[in-house]
Amino acid sequence: MAAIELRNVVKTFGPITAVDGLNLEVPEGICLGLLGPNGAGKSTTMRLLTGQAIADSGELRVLGYELPGQSKPARAEMGVVPQLDNLDVDVTVEDNLAVYARLYRVKDVGAAVDRCLDLARLQDRRREAVDKLSGGMRRRLLLARGLVHEPRLVLLDEPTVGLDPQIRTELWTLIGDLKARGTTILMSTHYIEEAERLADEVAVMHKGKIISRGRPGDLIAQHAGRQTAEVYAPPQRLAELRQTAEGAGLRVRPAGPAIAIVGSEQAEDGAIPEEAVVRAATLEDVFVLLTGEEAE
Amino acid sequence: MSAEAGPGRRTMRRLEPAAIAGVMSREVANFQTYWKGTTFSSVLEPLVYLLAFGLGLSATLVDEVEGIPYIQFVGTGMVATAVIFSSALPSMFGTFVKHRFQNTYEAILAAPVDVEELVSAEMLWIATRSAVYGCVPLVVTFFWGLDPELGMLLVPIFAFVTALGFAGFGVAMAATVAKIDQFNYVTALFVTPLFLVAGTFFPIDGLPEGVQIVAQANPLHQLVELVRGGAFGYQWEDILRFAFLVAFALVTWRVAIHQMQKRLID
Repeated sequence: MAAIELRNVVKTFGPITAVDGLNLEVPEGICLGLLGPNGAGKSTTMRLLTGQAIADSGELRVLGYELPGQSKPARAEMGVVPQLDNLDVDVTVEDNLAVYARLYRVKDVGAAVDRCLDLARLQDRRREAVDKLSGGMRRRLLLARGLVHEPRLVLLDEPTVGLDPQIRTELWTLIGDLKARGTTILMSTHYIEEAERLADEVAVMHKGKIISRGRPGDLIAQHAGRQTAEVYAPPQRLAELRQTAEGAGLRVRPAGPAIAIVGSEQAEDGAIPEEAVVRAATLEDVFVLLTGEEAE
Repeated sequence: MSAEAGPGRRTMRRLEPAAIAGVMSREVANFQTYWKGTTFSSVLEPLVYLLAFGLGLSATLVDEVEGIPYIQFVGTGMVATAVIFSSALPSMFGTFVKHRFQNTYEAILAAPVDVEELVSAEMLWIATRSAVYGCVPLVVTFFWGLDPELGMLLVPIFAFVTALGFAGFGVAMAATVAKIDQFNYVTALFVTPLFLVAGTFFPIDGLPEGVQIVAQANPLHQLVELVRGGAFGYQWEDILRFAFLVAFALVTWRVAIHQMQKRLID
Protein backbone atom coordinates (compact mmCIF):
# COMPACT_ATOMS: atom_id res chain seq x y z
CA MET A 1 0.00 0.00 0.00
CA ALA A 2 1.25 3.46 -0.84
CA ALA A 3 1.41 5.92 2.05
CA ILE A 4 0.05 8.68 -0.17
CA GLU A 5 -2.02 8.33 -3.33
CA LEU A 6 -3.32 11.35 -5.23
CA ARG A 7 -5.26 10.87 -8.45
CA ASN A 8 -6.17 13.77 -10.77
CA VAL A 9 -6.37 16.21 -7.88
CA VAL A 10 -7.43 19.75 -8.74
CA LYS A 11 -7.51 22.69 -6.36
CA THR A 12 -8.35 26.21 -7.45
CA PHE A 13 -8.46 29.51 -5.60
CA GLY A 14 -10.71 31.75 -7.66
CA PRO A 15 -9.05 32.14 -11.06
CA ILE A 16 -5.80 30.50 -9.89
CA THR A 17 -5.30 26.77 -10.33
CA ALA A 18 -2.85 25.85 -7.59
CA VAL A 19 -2.97 22.09 -8.14
CA ASP A 20 -3.83 21.01 -11.64
CA GLY A 21 -4.66 17.33 -12.10
CA LEU A 22 -1.95 16.14 -9.71
CA ASN A 23 -1.05 12.46 -9.68
CA LEU A 24 1.33 11.43 -6.93
CA GLU A 25 2.08 8.17 -5.23
CA VAL A 26 4.48 7.89 -2.30
CA PRO A 27 5.37 4.28 -1.39
CA GLU A 28 5.87 3.47 2.28
CA GLY A 29 9.37 3.82 3.64
CA ILE A 30 10.82 6.30 1.17
CA CYS A 31 11.67 9.97 1.33
CA LEU A 32 10.13 11.78 -1.62
CA GLY A 33 11.31 15.29 -2.31
CA LEU A 34 8.67 17.53 -3.83
CA LEU A 35 10.83 20.03 -5.62
CA GLY A 36 9.42 23.11 -7.24
CA PRO A 37 9.71 26.86 -7.46
CA ASN A 38 7.57 29.19 -5.34
CA GLY A 39 3.96 28.97 -6.46
CA ALA A 40 4.36 25.48 -7.92
CA GLY A 41 1.60 24.11 -5.66
CA LYS A 42 3.74 22.36 -3.06
CA SER A 43 2.23 24.03 0.00
CA THR A 44 -1.30 23.60 -1.33
CA THR A 45 -0.55 19.89 -1.80
CA MET A 46 0.61 19.72 1.82
CA ARG A 47 -2.56 21.48 2.98
CA LEU A 48 -4.68 19.05 0.97
CA LEU A 49 -2.95 16.16 2.74
CA THR A 50 -3.66 17.61 6.19
CA GLY A 51 -7.30 18.36 5.42
CA GLN A 52 -6.75 22.12 5.61
CA ALA A 53 -7.65 22.45 1.96
CA ILE A 54 -10.37 20.50 0.19
CA ALA A 55 -9.77 19.43 -3.39
CA ASP A 56 -12.25 20.54 -6.05
CA SER A 57 -11.95 17.13 -7.68
CA GLY A 58 -9.82 14.02 -7.68
CA GLU A 59 -9.07 11.25 -5.20
CA LEU A 60 -6.80 11.49 -2.17
CA ARG A 61 -5.80 8.61 0.08
CA VAL A 62 -3.35 8.88 2.97
CA LEU A 63 -2.26 5.78 4.92
CA GLY A 64 -5.33 4.02 3.55
CA TYR A 65 -7.76 6.74 4.65
CA GLU A 66 -9.89 8.56 2.07
CA LEU A 67 -9.64 12.35 2.28
CA PRO A 68 -11.29 14.58 3.20
CA GLY A 69 -13.84 12.30 4.90
CA GLN A 70 -11.30 10.34 6.93
CA SER A 71 -8.81 13.13 7.35
CA LYS A 72 -8.93 13.04 11.15
CA PRO A 73 -7.72 9.45 11.66
CA ALA A 74 -5.18 10.01 8.87
CA ARG A 75 -3.82 13.04 10.74
CA ALA A 76 -3.56 10.94 13.90
CA GLU A 77 -1.00 8.78 12.13
CA MET A 78 0.97 11.45 10.31
CA GLY A 79 3.26 14.14 11.59
CA VAL A 80 3.57 17.61 10.12
CA VAL A 81 6.52 19.97 10.35
CA PRO A 82 5.36 23.34 9.08
CA GLN A 83 7.28 25.87 7.08
CA LEU A 84 6.64 28.63 9.62
CA ASP A 85 7.64 28.43 13.27
CA ASN A 86 4.34 28.26 15.17
CA LEU A 87 5.65 27.18 18.55
CA ASP A 88 4.14 28.82 21.63
CA VAL A 89 7.02 31.11 22.43
CA ASP A 90 6.18 31.98 26.04
CA VAL A 91 5.58 28.36 27.01
CA THR A 92 8.36 26.01 28.10
CA VAL A 93 9.96 23.56 25.71
CA GLU A 94 8.47 20.55 27.49
CA ASP A 95 4.98 22.05 27.68
CA ASN A 96 5.06 22.74 23.93
CA LEU A 97 5.71 19.05 23.39
CA ALA A 98 3.24 17.88 26.04
CA VAL A 99 0.37 19.85 24.48
CA TYR A 100 0.92 18.17 21.11
CA ALA A 101 1.34 14.75 22.71
CA ARG A 102 -2.16 15.26 24.14
CA LEU A 103 -3.55 16.50 20.82
CA TYR A 104 -2.21 13.33 19.19
CA ARG A 105 -3.74 11.18 21.98
CA VAL A 106 -0.36 9.80 23.12
CA LYS A 107 -0.93 7.63 26.19
CA ASP A 108 2.35 8.24 28.01
CA VAL A 109 2.84 11.96 27.55
CA GLY A 110 5.89 12.15 29.84
CA ALA A 111 7.75 9.43 27.94
CA ALA A 112 6.91 11.04 24.58
CA VAL A 113 8.19 14.40 25.80
CA ASP A 114 11.43 12.84 27.04
CA ARG A 115 11.97 11.03 23.76
CA CYS A 116 11.44 14.24 21.78
CA LEU A 117 13.76 16.21 24.06
CA ASP A 118 16.45 13.60 23.40
CA LEU A 119 15.78 13.76 19.68
CA ALA A 120 16.00 17.56 19.61
CA ARG A 121 18.94 17.52 22.06
CA LEU A 122 17.08 19.91 24.35
CA GLN A 123 16.94 17.94 27.63
CA ASP A 124 18.88 20.64 29.47
CA ARG A 125 16.60 23.40 28.15
CA ARG A 126 13.31 21.64 28.85
CA ARG A 127 12.03 24.16 31.41
CA GLU A 128 12.99 27.24 29.45
CA ALA A 129 10.55 29.30 27.45
CA VAL A 130 10.86 28.79 23.70
CA ASP A 131 11.74 32.44 23.09
CA LYS A 132 14.97 31.85 25.01
CA LEU A 133 16.13 29.26 22.45
CA SER A 134 18.35 29.90 19.45
CA GLY A 135 16.93 29.63 15.92
CA GLY A 136 18.46 26.19 15.43
CA MET A 137 17.06 24.87 18.70
CA ARG A 138 13.61 26.13 17.77
CA ARG A 139 13.71 24.35 14.43
CA ARG A 140 14.84 21.13 16.11
CA LEU A 141 11.99 21.49 18.58
CA LEU A 142 9.52 22.10 15.75
CA LEU A 143 10.70 18.91 14.05
CA ALA A 144 10.54 16.94 17.31
CA ARG A 145 7.00 18.25 17.95
CA GLY A 146 5.89 16.76 14.62
CA LEU A 147 7.27 13.39 15.73
CA VAL A 148 5.82 13.37 19.25
CA HIS A 149 3.41 10.53 18.39
CA GLU A 150 5.93 8.51 16.34
CA PRO A 151 4.02 8.92 13.08
CA ARG A 152 4.17 6.49 10.16
CA LEU A 153 4.26 9.36 7.69
CA VAL A 154 5.90 12.77 8.10
CA LEU A 155 5.15 15.82 5.96
CA LEU A 156 8.02 18.30 5.96
CA ASP A 157 6.97 21.61 4.41
CA GLU A 158 10.11 23.50 3.41
CA PRO A 159 11.85 22.30 6.58
CA THR A 160 14.94 24.48 6.29
CA VAL A 161 13.64 27.54 4.49
CA GLY A 162 15.38 30.71 5.63
CA LEU A 163 17.88 28.93 7.88
CA ASP A 164 21.61 29.47 7.92
CA PRO A 165 23.82 26.64 6.56
CA GLN A 166 24.85 25.32 9.97
CA ILE A 167 21.27 24.92 11.22
CA ARG A 168 20.25 23.45 7.89
CA THR A 169 22.93 20.79 8.21
CA GLU A 170 21.77 19.98 11.76
CA LEU A 171 18.23 19.46 10.52
CA TRP A 172 19.39 17.34 7.62
CA THR A 173 21.07 15.03 10.13
CA LEU A 174 17.81 14.70 12.08
CA ILE A 175 15.81 14.07 8.92
CA GLY A 176 18.41 11.53 7.82
CA ASP A 177 17.95 9.69 11.15
CA LEU A 178 14.21 9.67 10.60
CA LYS A 179 14.70 8.18 7.13
CA ALA A 180 17.02 5.52 8.51
CA ARG A 181 14.23 4.39 10.86
CA GLY A 182 11.99 3.69 7.86
CA THR A 183 9.51 6.54 8.32
CA THR A 184 7.83 7.63 5.11
CA ILE A 185 8.64 11.26 4.38
CA LEU A 186 7.14 13.71 1.92
CA MET A 187 9.33 16.79 1.91
CA SER A 188 8.53 19.89 -0.08
CA THR A 189 11.50 22.06 -0.82
CA HIS A 190 12.85 24.50 -3.31
CA TYR A 191 16.44 23.84 -2.25
CA ILE A 192 18.13 21.57 -4.77
CA GLU A 193 20.84 20.45 -2.35
CA GLU A 194 18.26 19.46 0.23
CA ALA A 195 16.43 17.27 -2.26
CA GLU A 196 19.66 15.75 -3.55
CA ARG A 197 20.94 14.88 -0.08
CA LEU A 198 17.78 13.59 1.55
CA ALA A 199 15.35 12.33 -1.06
CA ASP A 200 15.32 8.78 -2.38
CA GLU A 201 13.18 10.10 -5.19
CA VAL A 202 12.46 13.59 -6.42
CA ALA A 203 9.25 14.79 -8.04
CA VAL A 204 9.60 18.10 -9.84
CA MET A 205 6.42 20.11 -9.49
CA HIS A 206 5.57 23.02 -11.73
CA LYS A 207 2.30 24.88 -12.20
CA GLY A 208 0.40 22.40 -10.05
CA LYS A 209 1.61 19.23 -11.78
CA ILE A 210 4.40 16.71 -11.43
CA ILE A 211 6.43 17.19 -14.59
CA SER A 212 9.12 14.63 -13.86
CA ARG A 213 9.95 12.09 -11.19
CA GLY A 214 12.71 9.65 -10.38
CA ARG A 215 15.89 9.05 -8.41
CA PRO A 216 18.08 12.15 -8.51
CA GLY A 217 20.76 10.35 -10.55
CA ASP A 218 18.21 9.02 -13.02
CA LEU A 219 16.61 12.44 -13.46
CA ILE A 220 19.99 13.97 -14.15
CA ALA A 221 20.89 11.30 -16.70
CA GLN A 222 17.50 11.55 -18.36
CA HIS A 223 17.25 15.33 -18.62
CA ALA A 224 20.74 16.75 -18.35
CA GLY A 225 23.14 14.10 -19.56
CA ARG A 226 26.56 13.70 -17.97
CA GLN A 227 28.23 17.08 -18.18
CA THR A 228 27.44 20.76 -18.06
CA ALA A 229 29.76 23.48 -19.29
CA GLU A 230 29.52 26.80 -17.47
CA VAL A 231 30.78 29.95 -19.07
CA TYR A 232 31.36 33.23 -17.26
CA ALA A 233 31.69 36.23 -19.58
CA PRO A 234 30.25 39.71 -20.20
CA PRO A 235 26.55 39.67 -21.17
CA GLN A 236 27.17 40.34 -24.86
CA ARG A 237 29.65 37.47 -25.13
CA LEU A 238 27.24 35.19 -23.23
CA ALA A 239 24.49 36.02 -25.71
CA GLU A 240 26.77 35.11 -28.63
CA LEU A 241 27.86 31.85 -26.99
CA ARG A 242 24.28 30.96 -26.22
CA GLN A 243 23.28 31.46 -29.82
CA THR A 244 26.18 29.29 -31.02
CA ALA A 245 25.43 26.48 -28.57
CA GLU A 246 21.71 26.48 -29.32
CA GLY A 247 22.52 26.53 -33.02
CA ALA A 248 24.49 23.34 -32.44
CA GLY A 249 21.40 21.74 -30.87
CA LEU A 250 22.53 22.08 -27.24
CA ARG A 251 20.31 23.21 -24.38
CA VAL A 252 21.40 26.32 -22.56
CA ARG A 253 20.12 27.72 -19.28
CA PRO A 254 20.92 30.86 -17.32
CA ALA A 255 23.11 30.32 -14.26
CA GLY A 256 23.30 33.67 -12.47
CA PRO A 257 26.13 35.65 -14.10
CA ALA A 258 26.93 32.72 -16.42
CA ILE A 259 25.25 30.37 -18.84
CA ALA A 260 25.23 26.61 -18.43
CA ILE A 261 25.40 24.46 -21.56
CA VAL A 262 23.70 21.24 -20.54
CA GLY A 263 24.70 17.88 -22.02
CA SER A 264 28.00 19.35 -23.17
CA GLU A 265 29.47 15.89 -23.68
CA GLN A 266 27.37 15.68 -26.85
CA ALA A 267 28.77 18.92 -28.26
CA GLU A 268 30.73 18.86 -31.47
CA ASP A 269 34.13 20.50 -31.60
CA GLY A 270 33.93 24.26 -31.31
CA ALA A 271 30.47 24.41 -29.77
CA ILE A 272 31.88 24.74 -26.24
CA PRO A 273 34.19 27.72 -25.76
CA GLU A 274 37.64 27.14 -24.34
CA GLU A 275 37.00 29.26 -21.25
CA ALA A 276 34.10 27.00 -20.17
CA VAL A 277 34.33 25.12 -16.89
CA VAL A 278 33.07 21.61 -17.41
CA ARG A 279 31.46 19.88 -14.43
CA ALA A 280 29.17 16.93 -13.79
CA ALA A 281 25.49 17.61 -14.50
CA THR A 282 23.37 18.26 -11.40
CA LEU A 283 19.78 18.23 -10.29
CA GLU A 284 19.88 22.00 -10.51
CA ASP A 285 20.40 21.68 -14.27
CA VAL A 286 17.34 19.44 -14.44
CA PHE A 287 15.27 21.77 -12.28
CA VAL A 288 16.05 24.86 -14.32
CA LEU A 289 15.60 23.10 -17.64
CA LEU A 290 12.22 21.71 -16.60
CA THR A 291 10.76 24.68 -14.78
CA GLY A 292 12.56 27.59 -16.41
CA GLU A 293 13.17 28.99 -12.91
CA GLU A 294 16.49 29.84 -11.31
CA ALA A 295 17.34 27.37 -8.54
CA GLU A 296 18.23 28.18 -4.92
CA MET B 1 4.20 3.41 16.58
CA SER B 2 1.07 5.06 17.93
CA ALA B 3 -1.41 3.68 15.42
CA GLU B 4 -3.41 1.02 17.17
CA ALA B 5 -5.53 -0.19 14.30
CA GLY B 6 -4.49 -1.36 10.88
CA PRO B 7 -4.06 1.00 7.95
CA GLY B 8 -7.20 2.95 7.26
CA ARG B 9 -9.08 1.23 10.08
CA ARG B 10 -8.91 3.74 12.87
CA THR B 11 -12.14 5.64 13.47
CA MET B 12 -12.58 8.93 15.28
CA ARG B 13 -15.75 10.64 16.41
CA ARG B 14 -16.86 14.25 16.27
CA LEU B 15 -16.31 16.42 19.33
CA GLU B 16 -13.88 14.07 21.03
CA PRO B 17 -13.23 15.08 24.64
CA ALA B 18 -9.52 14.26 24.19
CA ALA B 19 -9.21 16.76 21.34
CA ILE B 20 -11.06 19.46 23.29
CA ALA B 21 -8.97 18.78 26.41
CA GLY B 22 -5.78 18.90 24.31
CA VAL B 23 -6.63 22.33 22.89
CA MET B 24 -7.60 23.58 26.35
CA SER B 25 -4.32 22.27 27.77
CA ARG B 26 -2.53 24.55 25.31
CA GLU B 27 -4.57 27.47 26.59
CA VAL B 28 -3.76 26.56 30.19
CA ALA B 29 -0.03 26.30 29.39
CA ASN B 30 -0.12 29.76 27.83
CA PHE B 31 -2.34 31.22 30.54
CA GLN B 32 0.27 30.29 33.15
CA THR B 33 2.60 32.75 31.45
CA TYR B 34 0.23 35.74 31.41
CA TRP B 35 -2.42 35.13 34.09
CA LYS B 36 -1.28 37.96 36.34
CA GLY B 37 -1.83 40.73 33.78
CA THR B 38 -5.12 39.29 32.52
CA THR B 39 -6.46 38.74 36.01
CA PHE B 40 -5.40 42.20 37.10
CA SER B 41 -7.24 43.91 34.25
CA SER B 42 -10.25 41.59 34.33
CA VAL B 43 -10.74 42.23 38.06
CA LEU B 44 -9.76 45.87 38.20
CA GLU B 45 -11.80 47.14 35.27
CA PRO B 46 -15.24 46.18 36.64
CA LEU B 47 -14.14 47.32 40.07
CA VAL B 48 -13.33 50.76 38.75
CA TYR B 49 -16.81 50.97 37.21
CA LEU B 50 -18.34 49.66 40.42
CA LEU B 51 -16.59 52.20 42.57
CA ALA B 52 -17.02 55.11 40.14
CA PHE B 53 -20.71 54.57 39.42
CA GLY B 54 -21.79 52.70 42.53
CA LEU B 55 -20.07 54.83 45.11
CA GLY B 56 -19.95 58.04 43.09
CA LEU B 57 -23.62 58.18 42.12
CA SER B 58 -24.96 56.76 45.37
CA ALA B 59 -23.09 59.47 47.26
CA THR B 60 -24.47 62.27 45.10
CA LEU B 61 -27.57 61.42 43.03
CA VAL B 62 -29.14 58.03 43.69
CA ASP B 63 -29.75 56.37 47.04
CA GLU B 64 -31.51 53.31 45.83
CA VAL B 65 -33.16 51.74 42.78
CA GLU B 66 -36.18 49.44 43.00
CA GLY B 67 -35.68 49.33 46.77
CA ILE B 68 -32.05 48.17 46.44
CA PRO B 69 -29.14 50.32 47.64
CA TYR B 70 -27.57 51.72 44.47
CA ILE B 71 -24.09 50.30 45.16
CA GLN B 72 -25.64 46.83 45.41
CA PHE B 73 -27.75 47.45 42.32
CA VAL B 74 -24.62 48.30 40.34
CA GLY B 75 -22.50 45.60 42.02
CA THR B 76 -24.85 42.82 40.96
CA GLY B 77 -25.13 44.29 37.47
CA MET B 78 -21.37 44.54 37.11
CA VAL B 79 -21.17 40.76 36.89
CA ALA B 80 -22.42 41.12 33.33
CA THR B 81 -19.85 43.80 32.55
CA ALA B 82 -17.05 41.58 33.85
CA VAL B 83 -18.38 38.69 31.79
CA ILE B 84 -18.52 40.53 28.46
CA PHE B 85 -15.14 42.19 28.97
CA SER B 86 -13.48 38.88 29.85
CA SER B 87 -15.13 36.84 27.09
CA ALA B 88 -15.96 38.81 23.94
CA LEU B 89 -12.76 40.85 23.83
CA PRO B 90 -10.22 38.06 24.57
CA SER B 91 -11.95 35.71 22.17
CA MET B 92 -11.92 38.30 19.37
CA PHE B 93 -8.32 39.38 19.76
CA GLY B 94 -6.98 36.00 20.91
CA THR B 95 -8.51 34.12 18.00
CA PHE B 96 -7.37 36.69 15.47
CA VAL B 97 -3.78 36.71 16.76
CA LYS B 98 -3.53 32.93 16.96
CA HIS B 99 -4.84 32.57 13.43
CA ARG B 100 -3.25 35.43 11.55
CA PHE B 101 0.00 36.13 13.37
CA GLN B 102 1.02 32.99 15.26
CA ASN B 103 -0.24 30.29 12.84
CA THR B 104 -1.29 28.33 15.91
CA TYR B 105 -4.42 26.91 14.35
CA GLU B 106 -2.49 25.56 11.37
CA ALA B 107 -0.45 23.43 13.79
CA ILE B 108 -3.46 22.32 15.82
CA LEU B 109 -5.48 21.37 12.74
CA ALA B 110 -2.58 19.28 11.44
CA ALA B 111 -3.23 17.09 14.51
CA PRO B 112 -6.42 15.00 14.77
CA VAL B 113 -8.50 18.01 15.79
CA ASP B 114 -11.40 19.44 13.78
CA VAL B 115 -12.50 23.05 13.56
CA GLU B 116 -15.59 22.13 15.60
CA GLU B 117 -13.41 20.80 18.43
CA LEU B 118 -11.00 23.71 18.19
CA VAL B 119 -13.76 26.33 18.45
CA SER B 120 -15.54 24.43 21.23
CA ALA B 121 -12.34 24.22 23.26
CA GLU B 122 -11.57 27.90 22.81
CA MET B 123 -15.09 28.85 23.88
CA LEU B 124 -15.07 26.53 26.89
CA TRP B 125 -11.75 27.85 28.10
CA ILE B 126 -12.75 31.50 27.79
CA ALA B 127 -16.11 30.83 29.44
CA THR B 128 -14.45 29.07 32.35
CA ARG B 129 -12.11 31.99 32.95
CA SER B 130 -14.92 34.46 32.51
CA ALA B 131 -17.19 32.66 34.97
CA VAL B 132 -14.51 33.15 37.63
CA TYR B 133 -13.79 36.79 36.76
CA GLY B 134 -17.51 37.50 36.53
CA CYS B 135 -18.06 36.65 40.18
CA VAL B 136 -15.51 39.18 41.44
CA PRO B 137 -17.84 42.23 41.46
CA LEU B 138 -20.43 40.20 43.37
CA VAL B 139 -17.90 39.23 46.02
CA VAL B 140 -16.66 42.81 46.29
CA THR B 141 -20.23 44.05 46.79
CA PHE B 142 -20.44 41.89 49.92
CA PHE B 143 -18.23 44.53 51.50
CA TRP B 144 -20.94 47.12 50.79
CA GLY B 145 -23.65 45.26 52.60
CA LEU B 146 -24.87 42.73 50.02
CA ASP B 147 -25.88 39.61 51.92
CA PRO B 148 -24.66 36.24 50.57
CA GLU B 149 -27.63 34.14 49.44
CA LEU B 150 -27.90 30.50 48.40
CA GLY B 151 -29.31 31.58 45.06
CA MET B 152 -25.98 33.22 44.27
CA LEU B 153 -24.39 29.79 43.92
CA LEU B 154 -25.96 29.67 40.46
CA VAL B 155 -24.27 32.90 39.38
CA PRO B 156 -21.07 31.17 38.09
CA ILE B 157 -23.28 28.97 35.93
CA PHE B 158 -25.17 31.96 34.53
CA ALA B 159 -21.88 33.74 33.93
CA PHE B 160 -20.39 30.65 32.26
CA VAL B 161 -23.28 30.20 29.83
CA THR B 162 -23.36 33.91 28.95
CA ALA B 163 -19.59 33.94 28.49
CA LEU B 164 -19.87 30.92 26.19
CA GLY B 165 -22.21 32.96 24.02
CA PHE B 166 -19.94 35.97 23.93
CA ALA B 167 -16.87 33.80 23.35
CA GLY B 168 -18.65 32.34 20.32
CA PHE B 169 -19.53 35.85 19.20
CA GLY B 170 -15.88 36.91 19.54
CA VAL B 171 -14.56 33.89 17.65
CA ALA B 172 -17.10 34.46 14.86
CA MET B 173 -16.11 38.12 14.61
CA ALA B 174 -12.40 37.22 14.52
CA ALA B 175 -13.09 34.83 11.66
CA THR B 176 -15.11 37.45 9.81
CA VAL B 177 -13.07 40.66 9.95
CA ALA B 178 -10.30 41.26 7.44
CA LYS B 179 -8.06 43.38 9.66
CA ILE B 180 -7.57 43.66 13.39
CA ASP B 181 -8.58 47.34 13.51
CA GLN B 182 -12.06 46.35 12.30
CA PHE B 183 -12.67 45.21 15.86
CA ASN B 184 -13.23 48.91 16.57
CA TYR B 185 -16.51 48.62 14.64
CA VAL B 186 -17.48 45.49 16.54
CA THR B 187 -16.76 47.14 19.88
CA ALA B 188 -18.56 50.36 19.01
CA LEU B 189 -21.57 48.72 17.37
CA PHE B 190 -22.10 45.72 19.63
CA VAL B 191 -20.01 45.45 22.78
CA THR B 192 -20.44 48.99 24.14
CA PRO B 193 -24.22 49.29 23.47
CA LEU B 194 -24.85 45.83 24.94
CA PHE B 195 -22.88 46.73 28.03
CA LEU B 196 -24.62 50.09 28.49
CA VAL B 197 -28.18 48.86 27.85
CA ALA B 198 -28.02 45.84 30.09
CA GLY B 199 -29.67 47.37 33.14
CA THR B 200 -26.39 47.49 35.02
CA PHE B 201 -26.40 51.17 35.89
CA PHE B 202 -30.11 51.99 35.54
CA PRO B 203 -33.29 49.95 35.14
CA ILE B 204 -34.25 49.54 31.51
CA ASP B 205 -37.95 50.03 32.22
CA GLY B 206 -37.28 53.77 32.31
CA LEU B 207 -36.15 53.69 28.69
CA PRO B 208 -38.38 54.27 25.62
CA GLU B 209 -40.51 51.22 24.77
CA GLY B 210 -38.59 50.41 21.59
CA VAL B 211 -35.30 50.37 23.44
CA GLN B 212 -36.82 48.18 26.14
CA ILE B 213 -37.81 45.61 23.54
CA VAL B 214 -34.30 45.64 22.07
CA ALA B 215 -32.82 45.37 25.56
CA GLN B 216 -34.81 42.19 26.17
CA ALA B 217 -32.80 40.62 23.35
CA ASN B 218 -29.57 41.63 25.05
CA PRO B 219 -28.03 38.56 26.74
CA LEU B 220 -26.26 40.83 29.21
CA HIS B 221 -29.60 42.19 30.40
CA GLN B 222 -30.82 38.66 31.00
CA LEU B 223 -27.66 37.90 32.94
CA VAL B 224 -28.07 41.04 35.05
CA GLU B 225 -31.62 40.03 35.91
CA LEU B 226 -30.53 36.49 36.79
CA VAL B 227 -27.75 37.73 39.06
CA ARG B 228 -30.18 40.08 40.80
CA GLY B 229 -32.53 37.13 41.11
CA GLY B 230 -29.77 35.24 42.89
CA ALA B 231 -29.17 38.16 45.23
CA PHE B 232 -32.72 39.38 45.87
CA GLY B 233 -34.98 36.44 44.93
CA TYR B 234 -35.71 34.55 41.72
CA GLN B 235 -38.93 34.85 39.72
CA TRP B 236 -40.44 32.28 37.39
CA GLU B 237 -39.38 34.30 34.31
CA ASP B 238 -35.80 33.57 35.24
CA ILE B 239 -36.18 30.10 33.73
CA LEU B 240 -36.95 31.78 30.41
CA ARG B 241 -34.02 34.13 30.85
CA PHE B 242 -31.67 31.18 31.40
CA ALA B 243 -33.13 29.34 28.41
CA PHE B 244 -32.49 32.46 26.33
CA LEU B 245 -28.83 32.48 27.41
CA VAL B 246 -28.45 28.79 26.54
CA ALA B 247 -29.96 29.45 23.12
CA PHE B 248 -27.63 32.42 22.65
CA ALA B 249 -24.61 30.23 23.45
CA LEU B 250 -25.78 27.47 21.09
CA VAL B 251 -26.39 29.89 18.21
CA THR B 252 -23.04 31.67 18.55
CA TRP B 253 -21.27 28.29 18.92
CA ARG B 254 -22.58 27.09 15.57
CA VAL B 255 -22.00 30.46 13.88
CA ALA B 256 -18.42 30.55 15.22
CA ILE B 257 -17.76 27.05 13.88
CA HIS B 258 -19.23 27.97 10.51
CA GLN B 259 -17.16 31.14 10.21
CA MET B 260 -13.95 29.47 11.38
CA GLN B 261 -14.49 26.59 8.99
CA LYS B 262 -14.68 29.10 6.15
CA ARG B 263 -11.59 30.90 7.41
CA LEU B 264 -9.37 27.92 8.22
CA ILE B 265 -10.23 25.35 5.57
CA ASP B 266 -9.56 26.37 1.95
